[in-house]
Amino acid sequence: MINILLNTSAVIISISIFVGLYRVVKGPSMPDRVIALDMIGINLISLVAVVSLILETTAFLEVVLLLGILAFIGTVAFAKFIEKGVVIERKRD
Amino acid sequence: MKTNDVILQTMTNVVLFIVLIFSIFIFFNGHHEPGGGFIGGLMTSSALVLLLLSYDLETVKKVLPIDFKIVTAIGLLVAVGTGMGSFLFDAPFLSQTYDYFTFPVLGELELATALLFDIGVYLVVIGITLTIIQTIGEDK
Repeated sequence: MINILLNTSAVIISISIFVGLYRVVKGPSMPDRVIALDMIGINLISLVAVVSLILETTAFLEVVLLLGILAFIGTVAFAKFIEKGVVIERKRD
Repeated sequence: MKTNDVILQTMTNVVLFIVLIFSIFIFFNGHHEPGGGFIGGLMTSSALVLLLLSYDLETVKKVLPIDFKIVTAIGLLVAVGTGMGSFLFDAPFLSQTYDYFTFPVLGELELATALLFDIGVYLVVIGITLTIIQTIGEDK
């Protein structure tokens, strides 16, 4: 029973990733693509959590935290690039 | 144009310490579970990259006056030193050992000499990553 539930949720998360992928390919502006990439990252976190439940292991729990941190830093870097044109400023006025 | 990054900077002041603690945890976790020097060093350098993103290069150089090329050199020295240290005990190069020690608060812990080699890997990864990022970030 629990296995059917976990497989169903994995399939639903995969469909959600494909919806985000459509927005990445189609998205008319740059911020659309960045938000869609962030959404794909968050969906990957939940997919990793579900897969670690299916495989009955705790070895992937670090991956969950790590993907959260990396998705945050990547989105901040993209946002700063779109806003200012540079990612790391030399000297702030 | 004057920009206002107060949300990003306040977020960074909180998140930075969480990421640093997570990187130290994942560094010490590496002996029996996933983790180790490489991924721990990458997480520490990504915390410092977050600091570079929300502040600027000169502020980070002021609060963290470290030349990261020297950090790389110290890491390589530590790694080679643990290899050479096994000569003192009449053992082959890079041979390792472990033992159990009892500490006052923490209780019984397993200490391995592989941890010293891992510290070397950690410092080399931090040094190389931040040298690359700071060199690319400077625009001249």
